[in-house]
Amino acid sequence: MWLAAALAALQLLMAALGLKGNGEVMAAVRPVAVVQGVLAIVAMGVLIAVFWRSDMSVALVAANSHSAKPWLYKVAGAWGNHEGSMLLWVTILGLAGGAVALLERRLPERTLIATLGAQAAIALGFYAFLLFASNPFARLEPAPADGMGLNPLLQDPGLAFHPPTLYAGYVGLSVAFSFAVGALVTRDVGREFARAMRPWVLGAWIFLTLGITAGSYWAYYELGWGGWWFWDPVENASLMPWLAATALLHSVTVLATRDGLRAWTVMLAVVAFSMSMLGTFLVRSGILTSVHAFAVDPRRGAFILALLVIYIGGALVLFAARVGTVRQGTMFDPVSREGGLVANNLLLSVILGIVLIGTLYPIVAAGFGVQLSVGPPFFNKAAGPIALLLVAIMAVGPLLRWRRDEAQAVIARATWPIAATAFAFAGLIVFAMPIGVLPLLGLSAATGLAVASVAPLWKRDLRRTPLFTWGMVIAHLGIAVSLAGMACDAAFTAERLIALRPGDATRIGPYRVTLDGISPVVADNWSALQAQLTVTRDGGSRRLYPQSRTFTDPPTTTSESAIATVLDGQLYTVLGVADGRGRWQLRLWWKPFVTLIWFGGVLVALGGALSLLGRVRPRRRSRPEPAWL
Amino acid sequence: MRILLPIVLALSPAIALAQSTAPAALADTQLADPTQEAAAKALMETLRCVVCQGQSIADSDATMAGDMRALVRQRIQAGESPIAIRDWLIGRYGDYISYDPPLSAATSLLWATPVLLLGLGVWIARASFRRRR
Repeated sequence: MWLAAALAALQLLMAALGLKGNGEVMAAVRPVAVVQGVLAIVAMGVLIAVFWRSDMSVALVAANSHSAKPWLYKVAGAWGNHEGSMLLWVTILGLAGGAVALLERRLPERTLIATLGAQAAIALGFYAFLLFASNPFARLEPAPADGMGLNPLLQDPGLAFHPPTLYAGYVGLSVAFSFAVGALVTRDVGREFARAMRPWVLGAWIFLTLGITAGSYWAYYELGWGGWWFWDPVENASLMPWLAATALLHSVTVLATRDGLRAWTVMLAVVAFSMSMLGTFLVRSGILTSVHAFAVDPRRGAFILALLVIYIGGALVLFAARVGTVRQGTMFDPVSREGGLVANNLLLSVILGIVLIGTLYPIVAAGFGVQLSVGPPFFNKAAGPIALLLVAIMAVGPLLRWRRDEAQAVIARATWPIAATAFAFAGLIVFAMPIGVLPLLGLSAATGLAVASVAPLWKRDLRRTPLFTWGMVIAHLGIAVSLAGMACDAAFTAERLIALRPGDATRIGPYRVTLDGISPVVADNWSALQAQLTVTRDGGSRRLYPQSRTFTDPPTTTSESAIATVLDGQLYTVLGVADGRGRWQLRLWWKPFVTLIWFGGVLVALGGALSLLGRVRPRRRSRPEPAWL
Repeated sequence: MRILLPIVLALSPAIALAQSTAPAALADTQLADPTQEAAAKALMETLRCVVCQGQSIADSDATMAGDMRALVRQRIQAGESPIAIRDWLIGRYGDYISYDPPLSAATSLLWATPVLLLGLGVWIARASFRRRR
């Protein structure tokens, strides 16, 4: 790893030299970036190997692993802790840098070298952080007999999936950041730059979407309180980069297609990565206490904060110095596709600002000696209406023409979505009241958006519709689906708290739930009390087994929910404590259509993937044919 | 005896109330009236558990959260308004307990954020449109 760090330093130095006009040095930057990526992967591989072998002489393994753990958690446990997760961060960073060096052929050489230089500068900072403040390979003498174990909340298949995807998203944004810095250094902001950056932004955004979706579902079934989003600071830490990336994705399209919004796009690329860094800082610094905050060492927090200030401050200074040289770009009317995308960026930025300030406000207030909490009621009230406005823009935006459009013609094109929204609104008022105002508007808007999102396909030859249009349609539809799921969950969830004796039954939603009995269960590293529930609906019946688990290393109790998933929703069951008189506390929810939330998230990511394919493929096709044909 | 009787009479409603609604039971027992339960639930979701991290008292398994749930349900049942209950709790535990920050000098900036940001954004966008025309 020292070697990788040295190479990163070399890469930065060579990039700097190369830009001064030394051609030979410039040619060597690419291979160095690749080798650095490979070395980082080797380091991560070694860490996974020591976790796999449960090598207790490595301090990190001893503190976070246990020989009795299932193999999946031994491997995933490699990043289920502070040091390992930071190494994973750097590994993905090195990998991305190597990939840029290998694959990127569109950018002018100078800009690319500057980009790789910026990438190396980021990597160098994190290598320093790893080596000086949190070395994952620190040894322990003498080696203990066995490890302390992994936090039971993290012992879940979600751990194998959620952190790597989220980190890939964070780090993908670092590439966008490096591109922006590179382009600023060489004063080369334009369509080519946007086209080169777009696949990276798209890729990062797909990973962020998947990571957040996975994290949300994981929290939903693991924490046992039936919620899927709590506006917790760590959740916000992942949402903020996503919001910035979403805005960037749309503004980079304006830049690539119409050569507008130049300075704004560069600014957003810087902001997006700032949000990634800020997220890493908030989560890793120990300022917040949560399952994500492995490190409670203030020195480490200070280190990340210093990196944050250096990179972001540096980039902003560069931006301020060079923004004058970035020409304004092509002009357009307010009523146009560009105008819609500007509105999208504006509203996304406002939501981002609200989430950012809401998250940091209690921390800042605590600094002034004021204790207060900012939670779901604030975020829903403040961001909810703006999100609904955004949905309206999102429905109309794709129906707009580039450059200029007539307001009346737009309204004519949007007749069906508007009708669908009004229809859903009226239907809900008549049949489903009383539900809250936000769920009511949310469901109506979701209906309209669903209709509007497929409208661009109307009267088109579907086989000849480009893949990226399909991608947009599916991603927007995914948002509509997800929004519908959220609104349904908020409006129609039924909850039942009840203490039952074995043999007793109760009703929840369309289900009848019978407690058949309680029995003990034992596994490798935990034991549990398990309830056997028979749930019947319309004659069909199935069994559910919610548990209250007690882990031995470290000693902790968690409740493992049991969920019955059906087409029109989920039955969510949690086992509580015994009341000492033979009755067991149960917490039951019937959540109609709640699964749409995550299904929508996956659709959004799928839409992103289609767009990415659509953007990458034509490039291949347009390459000159080989000479021998 | 004559002296004791009025005291017993005065206390009896309180005793009856205490028996019918033992606090521990109300921590995890829903109120019979669905409207009252919905009001209690809505309030509990905005109250922060003071011993655990980042959970509302509706979601927390902590004993303290259970006691507070019981208190909320009891007071709602007794006909008190959710706003009055929250104000009482804020008076006792401070602003920290409410996830819905009450409007005050310290939070005015927070609540002004959405309007300020939206105004700023529209202003920037409009300026650039005009330039583009």
